[in-house]
Amino acid sequence: MKTVRVALAQTAPKLGDVDANLATHLEAIARARREHAGVVVFPELSLTGYLLRDQVPDVALAVGAASLRKLAAACRDVDAVVGFVEEAPGHRYHNALAYLARGRVRHVHRKVYLPTYGMFDEGRDFAPGERLRAFDAPFGRAGLLVCEDAWHPTSAWLLAQEGAEVVIVASSGPSRGARPRQGVTSIRVWQELLRVTARFQTAWVVYVNRVGFEDGLNFGGGSMVLDPFGRTAAELGPVDTGWTVAELDGEVLRRARTAYPLLRDENLELVRRELDRVRRVRYDLPDDEPDDRR
Amino acid sequence: MSRPASEPPGGVDLAIDAAWTARILTAFLRDEISRTGLGRAVVGLSGGLDSAVTAYLLARALGPGAVRAILMPHRASSPGSLRDARRVVAALGIASEEVDISGMVDGFERVTGEVDRLRLGNVMARCRMIVLYDRSARDRALVVGTSNKTELLLGYGTLYGDMASAVNPIGDLYKTQVRQLARHLGVPAAILRKRPSADLWPDQTDEDELGFHYEEVDRVLTLLVDRRVSLRTAVRRGFDRRLVRRVDGLVVRSQFKRRLPVVAKVSTRSIGWDFRYPRDWRS
Repeated sequence: MKTVRVALAQTAPKLGDVDANLATHLEAIARARREHAGVVVFPELSLTGYLLRDQVPDVALAVGAASLRKLAAACRDVDAVVGFVEEAPGHRYHNALAYLARGRVRHVHRKVYLPTYGMFDEGRDFAPGERLRAFDAPFGRAGLLVCEDAWHPTSAWLLAQEGAEVVIVASSGPSRGARPRQGVTSIRVWQELLRVTARFQTAWVVYVNRVGFEDGLNFGGGSMVLDPFGRTAAELGPVDTGWTVAELDGEVLRRARTAYPLLRDENLELVRRELDRVRRVRYDLPDDEPDDRR
Repeated sequence: MSRPASEPPGGVDLAIDAAWTARILTAFLRDEISRTGLGRAVVGLSGGLDSAVTAYLLARALGPGAVRAILMPHRASSPGSLRDARRVVAALGIASEEVDISGMVDGFERVTGEVDRLRLGNVMARCRMIVLYDRSARDRALVVGTSNKTELLLGYGTLYGDMASAVNPIGDLYKTQVRQLARHLGVPAAILRKRPSADLWPDQTDEDELGFHYEEVDRVLTLLVDRRVSLRTAVRRGFDRRLVRRVDGLVVRSQFKRRLPVVAKVSTRSIGWDFRYPRDWRS
């Protein structure tokens, strides 16, 4: 990968107000350009806010919608990762991320794992994504994940298997108070999770989490960049909006993958064989069942 | 099984990071109050710990100039309460107003007949609510609530009385944790030291009336509510069986106080069921 400067836009989106959020995005994209960043990353649902419930259809955008085209047009010489509600064919609504580059929507990732437990109810409002794909960004191979996706280790693993050198995680992760010696509790949990992700996949990990409140829910912030050795390369605090630009050095990725050739040594055939066997047992399939069961 | 000496009773550590908690709660107040289009708050100041902490948080969040404390003594209230409430007003430099509710309560009894002590306590709490909401309308200010998580879970509060508010910064902190926050915020020692009381009649204290200590009940609530352990496990952790049963019963029986009134569903889209918007809808 080429060395790239990534701006972390730790924003507090305005709930249900796409126009207001669009304006914030355009300002941040302009700032990223001024500060010579190659990419600016926004949080999950950065164009809409999180606690949408029945507002989901009101704020949904098709990939070709004017708002997204306007944003993409601002991304001629700087890329952006933005969070939005995608209205897909069949009026399915997805919690989605778009990678905007060279004036176009280069890639869309639909959140695969929709948390529907505890304080979360996403499975009620959104359709799950069905793809985890890496893609070619101008600086190299990248992959996008939304919040809960990163809690499934197979997500980053699949992206890395497809060549991702940078894994970008956009999030609307709530905090759960602050404890002695831990500070705001959610941040430490994410740090541990993402550090392991970076080390296991020997990849750069960019995490951007939102801040602000919706109905008393406090979004935890704590956006960060971890290098492919799992070391913190940049971080923002909790509670307040923030901005930082981190340099993702291609040379560091090369060193990490040379020192720890984990990806080289991955045995895809073995994983596939064992996974097939687990599937056959789990779903009670005959031994000769073809692989395209849905 | 032996337990290390440092382990807290029942394995429940109620310690919070008070500095970060204060930062989260001040940001919460600023955010939730400003999004309503109002920049001001009114809070009923009783002279007790919870309303003092709320006033300190408000002064930090909005600046003392945007906070008005309403002191609402009744002639049965302890004189010490008014003194402590005034102390908070002076320490924070916030605006204040004293409204003696004795006349309102007397008027109620004159019109409807005398009521017993418990009902009178509820009437007093609701008279205070009327004053707060009136001042809220007059000053274009939001009523900020002061109920803590312990009382909300036990139902130890008057519905549409002290439980009425627009936003509440301390409703997810147990009494023990409010105390930790109070120390961090610099709440006067006299308020920190005194025994919690609803102050509805002379020498009333929460702990006498409830029959347990906050430290203990907060641990039981943490086990039952936050960690969702069974009653049996809570007892195995060293808590009195009767206490655990009683706490569980109080939480269940007071659920109605924590919800909006139940609406019968007779249409396709009903409030509380499938009319699903956040409180912060379009704000």
